[in-house]
Amino acid sequence: MSNLLLLIPVALFLGLLGLAAFLWSLRSGQFDDMEGAANRILFDDDDEAISAKSKKIEPGDS
Amino acid sequence: MSQTALCRHCNEPVTAQSPAAPDFCCTGCAGAYALLGELGLSSYYKRRAIDPKIRALRPDEDEIASFDFTELASTDEDGKHHLNLMVDGIHCAACVWLIETLLQRNDAVLSARINMTTRRLRLSWQGKLDDIATIIHPVLQMGYRLIPFDPAALEQATASRNKELLRCLAVSGFAAGNVMLLSVSVWAGYFQGMGGATRDLFHWLSALIALPAAAYAGMPFYRSAFGAIRNRRVNMDVPISLGVILALGMSLAQTIRSEPHAYFDSAITLLFFLLIGRYLDGRARGQARSAAENLLSLNARSITVIENDGTRRLIAPQKAEPGMIVLTAAGERIGVDGEVIDGKSDIDTSVISGESIPVLTQPGAKVFAGTTNISGPLRIRVSATGGNTLLSEIVRLMENAEQGRAKYVAIADRVAKSYAPVVHLLSLATFVGWWLIGGLPWHDALMNAIAVLIITCPCALALAVPVVQVIATGRLLRAGILVKSATALERLTKITGVIFDKTGTLTTGKPELIRSPDEKTLMLAAEIAANSNHPLSRALVRATGNVTPHPNVTEHPGQGLIAQGPTGVIRLGSRDFCGIAEHSDLPSDVVGPELWMAESGKAAQRFVFRDTPRKDAASVISQLQSRGFDVGLLSGDRNKTVQQLAEMLGLKNWQAQMSPTQKAARIQARADEEHLDLMVGDGINDAPALACAHASMSPATAAEISQNAADIVFQGDRLGAVIEAIDVARKADRLVRQNFALSFAYNLITIPLAVSGFVTPLIAAIAMSSSSLIVIANALRLHANSATSKDTVVDSIPQTAQQAEA
Repeated sequence: MSNLLLLIPVALFLGLLGLAAFLWSLRSGQFDDMEGAANRILFDDDDEAISAKSKKIEPGDS
Repeated sequence: MSQTALCRHCNEPVTAQSPAAPDFCCTGCAGAYALLGELGLSSYYKRRAIDPKIRALRPDEDEIASFDFTELASTDEDGKHHLNLMVDGIHCAACVWLIETLLQRNDAVLSARINMTTRRLRLSWQGKLDDIATIIHPVLQMGYRLIPFDPAALEQATASRNKELLRCLAVSGFAAGNVMLLSVSVWAGYFQGMGGATRDLFHWLSALIALPAAAYAGMPFYRSAFGAIRNRRVNMDVPISLGVILALGMSLAQTIRSEPHAYFDSAITLLFFLLIGRYLDGRARGQARSAAENLLSLNARSITVIENDGTRRLIAPQKAEPGMIVLTAAGERIGVDGEVIDGKSDIDTSVISGESIPVLTQPGAKVFAGTTNISGPLRIRVSATGGNTLLSEIVRLMENAEQGRAKYVAIADRVAKSYAPVVHLLSLATFVGWWLIGGLPWHDALMNAIAVLIITCPCALALAVPVVQVIATGRLLRAGILVKSATALERLTKITGVIFDKTGTLTTGKPELIRSPDEKTLMLAAEIAANSNHPLSRALVRATGNVTPHPNVTEHPGQGLIAQGPTGVIRLGSRDFCGIAEHSDLPSDVVGPELWMAESGKAAQRFVFRDTPRKDAASVISQLQSRGFDVGLLSGDRNKTVQQLAEMLGLKNWQAQMSPTQKAARIQARADEEHLDLMVGDGINDAPALACAHASMSPATAAEISQNAADIVFQGDRLGAVIEAIDVARKADRLVRQNFALSFAYNLITIPLAVSGFVTPLIAAIAMSSSSLIVIANALRLHANSATSKDTVVDSIPQTAQQAEA
């Protein structure tokens, strides 16, 4: 019984934490563009490094 | 696939005549390809996935200078400039990456971020405001189009409403999860012998979570219910709000008196489920609406104003004032109503009159916003912008007509109207019955009555409609059909007739050559015509493929072209222009626009054109007729032209030379005879008819005002969208009815249980969730069908096109 009295507040607190995190991310506009976020990861910064390299190779290849 | 080479930049077929053959279709594409190579961004071509539904990325020099980008830019106190732009031509994520990278290569750019869902770009830069032109130039050079817009003017209301729903959804989801956790323990304790003190603790905890959560998350419902009651109406939100509030109130009373019947879980889960439906519904409609807005903004062009000192300035059309002088170049859309003060040109007035042939315009003539200037530059004095302009007259007609439609009550609210009183009476009867006849103490009787309210609370009923609508709207959205109005699909199922407009709706709005003399004459005519933008000239060029323009050609607006040939002067133009008297020996079986070519020393030659129907027009009309729809044609064009088209498409019911008012009156008259019509039209002259028809559709190429008036806007060249929309609407209607039937069946079982006082919180929770899940699962069947039928739709496009050609 006494463990319940501890665990329920803990569970509620963690749940509230998650809720607060979601509301914050909603406010900061992270849910404005669901499609872009999914695709953007495919075009990350290190990709640019690769494309810079491939730029050097390209003249030979074409 | 054919063997034609595809352009390396825009992926369109390259013709042999292209100046940059064999790799590119035009010099613009070649330039764009070279620029990307220089910048080391060629990997774009490997990564991109071309979407055939989206405009090809072909750079167009004319587009580049068509906007005043500084007008809508804002500057903050740090000297940073911000601008919101609509991007046209995004095919895939690689395009987003390319545009952002191109912009960020410029040192002045602080940030450039595209929202891929809405296709809108937010750009911030430092330095001079005018730098924007150089900053965005590389992007325009790639063939994307950037259109500045004012975010405050666009759908902010919908966006913030959807955000509110999402916040409510999160709060109710959190609360529902936690309350359910506690409730499961209570139910388990029911069988295993939980102590009364523990149960009360759990009830108090549930109340602590559920009450504030329901107060917050239920706001959208309470607000709408309150609004409805204040207007003495009943909508679906009234029984919902009542059910939730009573359930919570009674549960709190039970908890205070430490009794076992608490329904916190039912109340909060109900809100959670309903919010899911509301949110999805709002999001689907928001997407369709923002796509429709993007389409409209693409048509909006700045106008060029000439100041008194002779300088030119670009301004937004709505900022034009009477008396201003506006310059309209050949090929541009006229942005204002006014009077021509200088210049001579042909004006394409098909959006206003339905007339497919351009009319000659000279100084003194009136021109209207929305029409297109074809052959020569015009200076136009803006006339009064008051209530006398053609556009405002049509807007007034349209608004009058729309008032009738606003009275349409959605099916869910119609059901609620008869459902809510029955439920409320039933629970009252339960209370009275148990108290006076059954002999229970009044609070136990009240509890049974409230159990009736909770169990009948239209959870499934209120979910039945939105879920089906979300799926139907989403399915149509993927097919390029944008449903703008909430009740459009419902109204579409009621129609018995389909009325089409002619020019631009049934036809492509572009004339096509149907009769010409021999090949050699045609080639010569096309070479001369290649110098002009007149629709008939362009049709000649289209008929021959690519030709090299004939040198030494002068254009005489409204009359024709004069070319200096080796053997003398060649005239190509109207009958009068070529000096041909009205002959009676000419074949009169063909009606339609014509061109004459007169060469010195030779007999004059005649070219006959026709505004050809869309490829699938005939098959769509026969399909509609075979389904029992009464298909009609209302046009502003001349009798003969309309008759010819009607005969060709097998339409018996047609009327020509209709004014906008007559069109609307005709639709209204049919509605009075119980013929509910779907109006399909694109011109400004169709707008009143679109607004007063029971349901309306317009193509994405339509005039702005018509797209605003229409319930549904469809993209692409296929008229088949009409059938697709009707099909989906009917299927959705069937599912909604099935869902209602399921909900009523559920109520038939549970209401007797509730009335007889057998409903415990456990039964209420199970019954509520399961009925909701069944309704959602049933609605998803529309989705399952669409997965298979989507492929067949894609497959059937070439087939129908072939059939129409054959």
